[in-house]
Amino acid sequence: MAIPKADTLGKSVAAAPSMMTGAIPKQDWWDVEAVFKEGNYCYPGKKEILEYHTTKTFPNHPGLFGVPREWDPESDDWNLPENWQEIIMKGLKERLDKFRSLKIFMDCCVRCGACADKCHFFLGTGDPKNMPVLRAELLRSVYRNDFTLGGRILKTMAGGRPMTFKVLKEWFMYFYQCTECRRCSVFCPYGIDTAEVTMIGRELLHLVGVNINWIMEPAANSNRTGNHMGLQPHTFKENVEYLCDDIEEITGVRITPTFNRKGAEILFITPSADVFAEPGIYTAMGYLLLFEHIGLDYTWSTYASEGGNFGLFTNNEMMKKLNGKMYAEAKRLGVKWILGGECGHMWRVLHQYMDTMNGPADFLEVPKSPITGTVFENAASTKMVHISEFTADLIKNGKLKLDPKRNDHRIVTYHDSCNPARAMGMLEEPRYVLKNVVNNFHEMPANTIREQTFCCGSGTGLNTDEIMELRMRSGLPRANAVRHVADRHQVNMLSCVCAIDRATLTSLMNYWNPDVSVCGVSELVGNALVMEGEKERETGLRFEPLAGMEG
Amino acid sequence: MRVLKALIAVLALVVIALVAAQVPGGQSLLGIVLPYVAFAIFLGGFVQRIVHWAKSPVPFRIPTTCGQANSLPWIQQNTLDCPSTKAGVVGRMVLEVLLFRSLFRNTQAEVQQGPRLIYGSSKWLWLFALLFHYTFLVIVLRHLRLFTDPIVPFVHNLEFFDGLFQVGAPVLYQSDLIFMGAITFLFLRRVLLNNIRYISLPADYFPLFLIFGIGLTGILMRYFLRVDVVAIKQLTLGLVTFAPVMSDQIGTLFFVHLFLVCSLMVYFPFSKLMHMGGVFMSPTRNMANNSRMVRHINPWNDPTIKPHSYAGYEDEFREFMVDAGLPVEKEMPAAQEKSAE
Repeated sequence: MAIPKADTLGKSVAAAPSMMTGAIPKQDWWDVEAVFKEGNYCYPGKKEILEYHTTKTFPNHPGLFGVPREWDPESDDWNLPENWQEIIMKGLKERLDKFRSLKIFMDCCVRCGACADKCHFFLGTGDPKNMPVLRAELLRSVYRNDFTLGGRILKTMAGGRPMTFKVLKEWFMYFYQCTECRRCSVFCPYGIDTAEVTMIGRELLHLVGVNINWIMEPAANSNRTGNHMGLQPHTFKENVEYLCDDIEEITGVRITPTFNRKGAEILFITPSADVFAEPGIYTAMGYLLLFEHIGLDYTWSTYASEGGNFGLFTNNEMMKKLNGKMYAEAKRLGVKWILGGECGHMWRVLHQYMDTMNGPADFLEVPKSPITGTVFENAASTKMVHISEFTADLIKNGKLKLDPKRNDHRIVTYHDSCNPARAMGMLEEPRYVLKNVVNNFHEMPANTIREQTFCCGSGTGLNTDEIMELRMRSGLPRANAVRHVADRHQVNMLSCVCAIDRATLTSLMNYWNPDVSVCGVSELVGNALVMEGEKERETGLRFEPLAGMEG
Repeated sequence: MRVLKALIAVLALVVIALVAAQVPGGQSLLGIVLPYVAFAIFLGGFVQRIVHWAKSPVPFRIPTTCGQANSLPWIQQNTLDCPSTKAGVVGRMVLEVLLFRSLFRNTQAEVQQGPRLIYGSSKWLWLFALLFHYTFLVIVLRHLRLFTDPIVPFVHNLEFFDGLFQVGAPVLYQSDLIFMGAITFLFLRRVLLNNIRYISLPADYFPLFLIFGIGLTGILMRYFLRVDVVAIKQLTLGLVTFAPVMSDQIGTLFFVHLFLVCSLMVYFPFSKLMHMGGVFMSPTRNMANNSRMVRHINPWNDPTIKPHSYAGYEDEFREFMVDAGLPVEKEMPAAQEKSAE
């Protein structure tokens, strides 16, 4: 799918009639139909992938993913089950009984509109249904119609709508134009969280077999091979070893990490993209260098080789299932605690769901840094520590030998990934690390960072190429803030602590700000680390020449 | 159209009250029966809704963290926007409920040529929402004068400060003025801003008109078309002591006012106005961000969901693992034979 050039798209965002540019829609929102055409939707889950999930992932939970089938979003017949409305309404009832959040969020919205222009999808598309309030109304209208007294009596007067195919199409379109970033929930006077609404909307869609392949296939891979890329154990190990080869070439130091090793003190888990795809691999090289530098007794796992969790984008059952490997592997290997790499939604799951779903981790110990002796009290129950927390503690205690000048060719800014910022509150740790490993650091504008950070625009399984224009639009608020510091401070490196970001922000920067690259914070740490017995470094971890070493 | 529907509904209520106040027995119905019924529905409905919400569990600890979390001891935590203790949560909720903390963050986005996105400060909604709610509260409290004898003392203080500027006779209450101004602002905002108009439903305009009507009839009674306050107090005091006495001296306007108030009470528990109760129960605000410190329990956690087992994984990939030198739990059958030799 060819997409317009940045220049053309930029003009369209700023001037084409949309709610963002002041145009007033002619029809009421409930009369505007969702029309699917190539480029505005993600491809549906492949039948064989859904068959895998119904027979292998969840053989004992019939109906969780509907009936595997072929279907085409552009068609007027999605091959839905005969009683699909009944399935959805039953599913909604069940979820109202399971989630207080859903009841509150359905009942309390006053449509004050504070959330309206907080969504990156709305800012980039100007589509009214991307205002969080309307995204929720898509579900709320159906809820009101069937589950509230006012709705039952007053019907449309109360803003109710019956569940029709038209509504289902809207759900599929707009629950997959939300990245569950929670920015709207920061501004809502009742804390209504569209992430919660979208998650439940997607759960309901799954019940009738409406899903996208970019989530279902990685989820299947994660279940079977341990990671979403589908890397088999030997390949996973080989990939890490390739990275060690590169490290040796750059630094002269040979690192020999261990895999699936019983008795290691710490199990390290990071998103699999870090060992497989640029620029994540440079982040992984950073981890490898750091652990070597401090002589950490740790192991990788090929079985629990995925930090990310595509279940979060699917339903709570899948989230629990995929996440379960972490504790299972920690128990099998007999480690003391778990260290987690840089990933956004992975940390939403680890911080807010893991212990509840798969705990208690009573076979692990309260994490204690073997280098500094610091006890991570904030992870006392879950027993999993974030690499930025771990690294910040090392630096604070003077345990790292750092030469930040090696990052002098980088003028760095920091993108707060949605989940570490708004579902964890991890704002200062990565900044502290950055300020110790780079000399040139500049913040983006205040309304675009920390708890007000903008999503990369492609989270929650939307980083698929078939919706590239949509992604470039929804990523525009982030790109625009980067543009600001690139113009003002010549920023050329956008750092982050998220694997999805590393992939998606790279596409986003290539498109909007080609002069800016993307990296994980740990890459910059790795660059700055002065290793014992290293040779003089002429290049960074990307084989790019260091400042003063250019040719 | 949506505005009109709501307006017609409120006007219809006014007409009903006007007519009912004229027919024999109508005043007793409006002044005695209906207030009891409406108050019962309000209380019962309110409690029922809260209980209904409370019946569903909070399966996961999902606070929206709006500041630095509790972390390493040398990192300053934002205890109000990202609390990790009960006390912190109370602080966060106090700010939210009493000062509308989240709404205070509001910004307004604008797109310019470039494209360039700009986020300007936008505190108007916060300001007028706050004024609206607080003056509403003051007015409700002032009405205690009608339900207590002797009048509870703080009502005198409230009235004194509310009429501090001693303008007009009877003295003008600032709260009345601000209240009507704020509700007008909230209405104009809804009809004048494109995106807010687009998301607004009749159910958003209806309570605005209804409350505006209540305010207007109240103001008319106090400042312009005088009603028999003594007779009214006799009735209201009678209502709270369950011995209501109806005088035929009370003006019709009072019944319109009262009928609209009753309508609001009846409507309240079944509408978005329940945000009054809901704001206390929102899991993204009323939970401590301590999910890695204290295990949160999900009552419906499904123990049958287990990860794809390591044994199953190794069974599928054992050959590759052994070849790659990865440790395995069970040796390859062939390898076992070899080691036996």
